[in-house]
Amino acid sequence: MSLLATAAIEVAQAVELAADAAESDADPQSVAGASSAGFAYGLAAIGPGIGIGYLVGQAVQAMARQPESAGMVRTTMFLGIAFTEALALIGFVVFILLKFV
Amino acid sequence: MSAADAAPLDDQRTVVDRATREAGNPELSVAFDMVRRSLPFLPLLILGSAAIWGINGAWSTAYGIAVVLANFVLAAAILAWSARISVVFLAIGAFGGFFIRLSLIFLAVMLVKDAGWVELVPLGLTLIVTHLGLLFWELRYVSATLAYPGLKPATTPLTAD
Repeated sequence: MSLLATAAIEVAQAVELAADAAESDADPQSVAGASSAGFAYGLAAIGPGIGIGYLVGQAVQAMARQPESAGMVRTTMFLGIAFTEALALIGFVVFILLKFV
Repeated sequence: MSAADAAPLDDQRTVVDRATREAGNPELSVAFDMVRRSLPFLPLLILGSAAIWGINGAWSTAYGIAVVLANFVLAAAILAWSARISVVFLAIGAFGGFFIRLSLIFLAVMLVKDAGWVELVPLGLTLIVTHLGLLFWELRYVSATLAYPGLKPATTPLTAD
């Protein structure tokens, strides 16, 4: 319990320090840009994560129902994973363009 | 759970694992096919990038292409390796591979972002365009193979009944 309390105090101090830094010398626009870039990357990675989980689950189910079609299922699963991953890649590119360009 | 209750599930797992193992490495075939088909067109992409962003753009595009191709081959290798173990490992490999490869792409870009020869705009555009372009290009061949399996050469000699 005391460990949790210590961690909570440390997090609160870190947030306070970050807020002070943001108020004092950092440009609000750059702070907002960095925050939104981070959010863009994080949100863009959630969707593909869910998508790949669903896709692989369905592929495993298909292979369990029809083991003889495992090769075909794995081929389409690989392409499906690559297509889903493109969303995360787009999110990453948006992140680097917002943050560093 | 008694051994008798577990037996059917174990049998089913064995059948699925064996079928997955015997399917070979279709992911590696697709990935290497993608690399092979893309080779004649990639210099054009680099030349186009050089025309717009100069020599730094060309280097960045070449680096982006290398990252995308390595990503495809690594994804296929992880899936093929995990499928050889079991179907459960296939699922773990697919999901874990996603995080590993995303982290590696992040590292690959972050390590060079301040280098003098890197232009981030062509690098980012190359990552998206090459990834999607190669996938759509390969999809034509894969969908044709799946739609018309009779066109594929038979692996075992056909016998008359």
